[in-house]
Amino acid sequence: MTASPGVAPLEPAARDALAELLLSVADDEFVIGFWDSEWTGIAPMLEEDVATSSIAQDEIGHAKALYELLAELTDDDPDRIAFGRELADYRHAALLNHARGDWAFSVARRYLYETADAVRLTALASSAHDGLAALAGKMRREETYHMLHADAWIRRLADGEGRDRLVTALFALWADAQEVFAPLEAGDRLVRDGWLPQPMSDLHAAWVARVRPILEPIVGDLPSLDSTPDGRRRRTDDFAWLHGEFTRVSGSEEGALW
Amino acid sequence: MVIAARTEREERVWAELAQIPDPEIPAISVVDLGVIGGVAFEDDRLHIKLLPTFVGCPAIDVMRHEITERLGALDLAGSVVVDVTFDPPWTSDRISEHGRDRLRQSGFAPPARMPSGPVGLIGIDDLATMPDAVCPYCNSPDTTLDNPFGPTLCRAIYHCSACRQPFEQFKRV
Repeated sequence: MTASPGVAPLEPAARDALAELLLSVADDEFVIGFWDSEWTGIAPMLEEDVATSSIAQDEIGHAKALYELLAELTDDDPDRIAFGRELADYRHAALLNHARGDWAFSVARRYLYETADAVRLTALASSAHDGLAALAGKMRREETYHMLHADAWIRRLADGEGRDRLVTALFALWADAQEVFAPLEAGDRLVRDGWLPQPMSDLHAAWVARVRPILEPIVGDLPSLDSTPDGRRRRTDDFAWLHGEFTRVSGSEEGALW
Repeated sequence: MVIAARTEREERVWAELAQIPDPEIPAISVVDLGVIGGVAFEDDRLHIKLLPTFVGCPAIDVMRHEITERLGALDLAGSVVVDVTFDPPWTSDRISEHGRDRLRQSGFAPPARMPSGPVGLIGIDDLATMPDAVCPYCNSPDTTLDNPFGPTLCRAIYHCSACRQPFEQFKRV
């Protein structure tokens, strides 16, 4: 990616704050991209085989660009960050800890994630960090196609035999979905420095206000829940399995290119 | 792009770039595709600004390689540096008129035009609503969107009701 020549290196606390923000978004995109790729070849219809594969490719591409920004900041290697960490060092939201489940479960999660991601990206597109702002603005243009896709499927399943499965999935995921907005350790500083233009709590409220009117006619009342401090640190057996899958190539031959 | 300000050296670079095909749709050059954001000589280096069509476009590395090789062979600078950037973002309005013609000739509908006026963050959500695609085979506007996701990140799949052909459109983004 483009280096930013002439930009003075950040002091360590500022660098760590920015790194935490970049890693949280990158890991979200990376992990949902891998879960989506699980549908390649087995989606309910051919069009969805193509769509989920294409969406997965977008998400992994976004993760790659974010890992590259992060690697530039911390003088690291993007592939090492993506594939070279232990389970406990991933920072994706708890929403992305679950296996893909059935189609309704994947649709429910995709809808919850896409709407949350749209709120977050809109904020990041006016980040004081130029590289992140430009990338978020570009990602937003692509994610709008994912939004359209998730929205169409939510409506389709809500009005047919998939309804019960969709409702079950939405309730199962609702609490963990709040964790996309889990507080970051350096959250105050990120807002003060303008890197995250609004506090996570504001973004959280904006997201809830956006999804409630769509979801409640389908599922009934949804509880008001807070995100939790460890919302990006909890790991599950499902994720441990996925981690084993996506690190298999890099783990079998160090430094392998593919 | 300020065309009037180009030096002779820069003209040679642009002429060479105009001969480099897009790896995924070879009928169109990287210049017509609008992915070249700028050309600049700095000290002994030739800098090329490359704007990916999609963030995760796997053709970027191929383009970077091809641009470095082809421009390196011109021997205009000590080294060629390809800077990949999202500032400004590539948008489908960057495809030139010539590029849109070339797309049609190779069976792709060019992307629908952006809504008039600047596309703010709110307006971005309108981009994905597919307004129209004109069939590249028979020119009929009587077409329907089959899938906004196609064989590559930047392509959507349509069907023409007039000549009953499926075809692809370069996505508006």
